[in-house]
Amino acid sequence: MTGLPPAASPPPALADRAAELADAALTGDRRALARLLTAVENRTPLAEAALRRLYPQAGRAHVVGITGPPGAGKSTLVAALIAEVRASGRPVAVIAVDPSSPITGGALLGDRVRMQSYAGDRDVFIRSMASRGHAGGLASTSGAAAAVLDAAGFDLILVETVGTGQSEVEVAAAADTTVVLEAPEMGDEVQAIKAGLLEVADLVVVNKGDRPGAQRTAAQLRAMLVAAAPRSARGEGSDARPRPKRPEVLVTTASTGAGVPELLAALDRYRLAAPDGPAPAARLARAEAQVWAILGDRLRDRLHEPARRAATAETVAAVADHQLDPYAAADRLLQVLGGRRSDG
Amino acid sequence: MVHNPPMLDRPIKVLIAKPGLDGHDRGAKVLARGLRDEGFEVVYTGLRQTPEMVVTAALQEDVDVVGLSILSGAHMTLLPKITRLLREAGLDDVLVTAGGIIPDDDVPALRDAGVSAVFGPGTTIAQVAEFLRANVRARDGV
Repeated sequence: MTGLPPAASPPPALADRAAELADAALTGDRRALARLLTAVENRTPLAEAALRRLYPQAGRAHVVGITGPPGAGKSTLVAALIAEVRASGRPVAVIAVDPSSPITGGALLGDRVRMQSYAGDRDVFIRSMASRGHAGGLASTSGAAAAVLDAAGFDLILVETVGTGQSEVEVAAAADTTVVLEAPEMGDEVQAIKAGLLEVADLVVVNKGDRPGAQRTAAQLRAMLVAAAPRSARGEGSDARPRPKRPEVLVTTASTGAGVPELLAALDRYRLAAPDGPAPAARLARAEAQVWAILGDRLRDRLHEPARRAATAETVAAVADHQLDPYAAADRLLQVLGGRRSDG
Repeated sequence: MVHNPPMLDRPIKVLIAKPGLDGHDRGAKVLARGLRDEGFEVVYTGLRQTPEMVVTAALQEDVDVVGLSILSGAHMTLLPKITRLLREAGLDDVLVTAGGIIPDDDVPALRDAGVSAVFGPGTTIAQVAEFLRANVRARDGV
């Protein structure tokens, strides 16, 4: 890492407290783990100090994103997956994200309702997160939370997004393997060939497989996503143009567990296909997404510091009054931070 | 989307659970929704929770408050058991409140057992929210 300035160190007292919590979490203290996750969610200096210690321990877990429209059965499927994973004796952690109110900041986190049967089992750790204003299906801190659970030894982490629509593809950057859940009869073949969420799926799961139309929906998805997916003339992936994935399409009935062993087997195949973790390109994409997100947060935080708050508010107000266009406003705010446009 | 600056006043996190066997969860749901509207982050776990389920959820979610709704009459058994298990799990800084049908005569014993407040019928959401804000544990850098 030559050429990079060293990272600033946190104050000693904070570093000690962070180290204490991090070491306790690493040795199996679930309360310390839960406290650390709170610190991560609150984006406190303590969390950053702890992550500095924990991040080098992470990178081993298989992070599986589970997304799909509200009511498709994500939480029920996660509960069924927990049961299946525990039957094989492996530990599993869940991050379940639900939306925060854009009005009050409050949130109703209801995903645990279907996952409460594992109270005595210390190898199951379920954490609800509010999205806290972050669009895209996750919370801005979901990735850091997954890293903490990863470091704590959970080698399978299920990340359940908020109920999504067509384009909340962020989960694909946060997860090693992305499962997109569909309910039967939710759309026709044209829905299946629209760009967006379905393109980033490694696995498409038609849940509620006991409902009429489930098999037909699965057949339509297979036809449009798998059979009709373009192939490169020189073989897949050999040219530079990025291609959508060609997902497997499975049918589950999460409420009875039907199809869930097959889903877990498929997830494990994805993990085995990349025994050293995700491919370098995917790893780099994830790192990039995380760093850009944090950089954006840092910029905003600095613009809201007391010394700059007034200038920031004034600039934004000028845009609201149409006295300044938003691009010029962004440039002006960069100047407020001491930055300069590279092209003058 | 609205930007949230670092949370100096981060939302208070509340677990709403119904321990025991009664099947009436309308009140708990109304409270959960009301607290959401008051700006709280509410983890709702639903009906028929054992004390162990409540404590596990409180620990993993790192909640500030555990709110227990109970209408079955089993409060003198279930609530002290939950507060005891919370203490044993190291969660003695978590505020525990109860609501539902709980006779006044039982309230002092529940207080002694660690239930900070008992909200009977007629309590408004605003009263609950105000009590929680005033009595929740202090932040400690986390």
